[in-house]
Amino acid sequence: MSASATLERLPATKPQPELPGISVLTPPSTPPSKIAVAAHAANSASEKIFRFHWFGLLPIAAWGLLGALTLAWPNLPAGFEDWVYTTEFGIAALAVAALLAFLTITASIHIGPLQHAGAIFRHGTPWLAVSAIILAAWEILTAKTGVLPPPFFAPPSSLIDVYVSDYARLADSTYNSIKLLLEGVGWGAAVGFTIGVSIGWSRTINYWVHPILRFLGPLPPTALLPIAFFFFPSSHAASVFLIALATGFPVAILSWSGVAGVNKAYYDVARTMGASEWFLIFRVAIPAALPQVFVGLFMGFGASFVVLIVAEMMGVKSGLGWYLTWAQGYAAYVNMYGALIVMTIIFSSLISLLFTVRDRVLVWQKGIVKW
Amino acid sequence: MVSATVRKPRLEEAADMPAHAASRIRVEHVSHGFDAPTGRLEVLENVDLNVAPGEFVALLGPSGCGKSTLLRLVAGLEPASAGAISQDGTPITRPDPSRIVVFQDPTLFPWRTVWDNVALGLQAQGILKQEKSRVDAALRKVGLEGFAKAYPHQLSGGMAQRVALARALVNNPRLLILDEPLGKLDSLTRLEMQSELVSLWQKNGFSVLLVTHDVEEALFLAQRVVIFSPRPAKIITAIAIDRPYPRHRDDPVLTGLRHEVLNRLGLGKNW
Repeated sequence: MSASATLERLPATKPQPELPGISVLTPPSTPPSKIAVAAHAANSASEKIFRFHWFGLLPIAAWGLLGALTLAWPNLPAGFEDWVYTTEFGIAALAVAALLAFLTITASIHIGPLQHAGAIFRHGTPWLAVSAIILAAWEILTAKTGVLPPPFFAPPSSLIDVYVSDYARLADSTYNSIKLLLEGVGWGAAVGFTIGVSIGWSRTINYWVHPILRFLGPLPPTALLPIAFFFFPSSHAASVFLIALATGFPVAILSWSGVAGVNKAYYDVARTMGASEWFLIFRVAIPAALPQVFVGLFMGFGASFVVLIVAEMMGVKSGLGWYLTWAQGYAAYVNMYGALIVMTIIFSSLISLLFTVRDRVLVWQKGIVKW
Repeated sequence: MVSATVRKPRLEEAADMPAHAASRIRVEHVSHGFDAPTGRLEVLENVDLNVAPGEFVALLGPSGCGKSTLLRLVAGLEPASAGAISQDGTPITRPDPSRIVVFQDPTLFPWRTVWDNVALGLQAQGILKQEKSRVDAALRKVGLEGFAKAYPHQLSGGMAQRVALARALVNNPRLLILDEPLGKLDSLTRLEMQSELVSLWQKNGFSVLLVTHDVEEALFLAQRVVIFSPRPAKIITAIAIDRPYPRHRDDPVLTGLRHEVLNRLGLGKNW
């Protein structure tokens, strides 16, 4: 493996910037003859546009193995009818192996737009291999050996069944969860931001709002759940309120701290140039506070997920939280895993989206953390 | 605001010609202090100072003596505790784009590109749309037209301070207030920027009020050096420097003056 990396990376025609890793791969103590051979090989290889991505064989093998063992190793009798979709899962794994073979060859072609995509694929290669190994271990521990017994554990193959047979209910729950979440987060972020900027800017507002925020803010919104369901006309309205509360608190605190922490010299500069109060708020204070606001939004999102799921478990009649309790009621643990995976994907995507927006907005910052 | 109509420059003038007038500043019997936790802190004591239109005046004194406070009062950022400050006969009560401050730190807005930073004053005054060419002209004056799209964190200290100068110049100030603008630069960049300051002043014709604690810098740049005592700051003396520009650092007259200035600052023995 290290030999192939050496071959690929050795600067042949163009002088490349010296990467720290390269010196490790080709120590200067290497016998001259070997260097000459390597350099010669690299030279001819880099002139070709096709350089085989040897490491890509690993995920192909892993997925092939996953498919083979799923198909060839009979499932342990689980006391009820056999796990469904085992064959399909095995075939799918083999199909992934075939797809990876195609991608590995594509990633070996160093030309034009393929170069960038190829680099991404090569970067992801270790994870592609490891994910197959995890799935294989999961399949073996559940369906094949029963070390993790049913009904509490289910093999990955059986998840396919959830998505196929309970598609409508799951999709409906997902849609309702996202809708409720975005409604609550939208209100919470907007109100929290406005409050935060106001108490950061105005002493009077700070005097009146800060104690309330300080007193009520740390209260977990989930503790208000029973009261909220009683006071609000619908469980939907109550949930929106609680999610907004959970989001709004961190957004308000961090917007406030962002505005309060703005370098006072920025205001002096803007004021000497004739800036109005409006200009100072919207063109100085808020842009300067935005990095903090995004930290608040990140924290608010996290808190909103908790409240969303709890609210749906307690009173809302649809959504992924409701789906979890519903599945529990029928001891349908496989469905629960299915819903958990959907949740993971949605929440992780929302956070990724937030970070993408932040990277766009805060392009001026250096050393920004990559999500 | 009376003055704003007088100086309103045409587009072509803004780019090349020092068509706008310079201000006369009068500081009369000004005292100033702060209420600190330990009691009243007097910073300025009965300061009298005049800046003639187009004059370059340097304020020299020990660190923390209150020179920078005087600049803030002249800029209109704070009202003086006692005394009167006027610009062309009008009392200074609040900041105005005709008097622009350049601070020791460039204090560029990190979220704005160089161009947008320089455009700040015009945008704040609501005339950016009509006067965009002034931004480009200001960047040309400081030799940074190629960095319009860069962000402040990509600039060196000297470049950032040049941008701060361009951001001041774009307003066509009649008084430029410089609060140790070269204090944090390395010595080579500082020498270069001193010469640039002189040529910018000569081309644009504004009055300059410069605070520094670098004696050589004051002598190289200013027509008059005003020496302050330690806090509370009083004016000890003012020394006129009647030498032509561009000046030379080894000019024997300046060397003699440096000795005198250091003496006045109580540092004669250290020479």
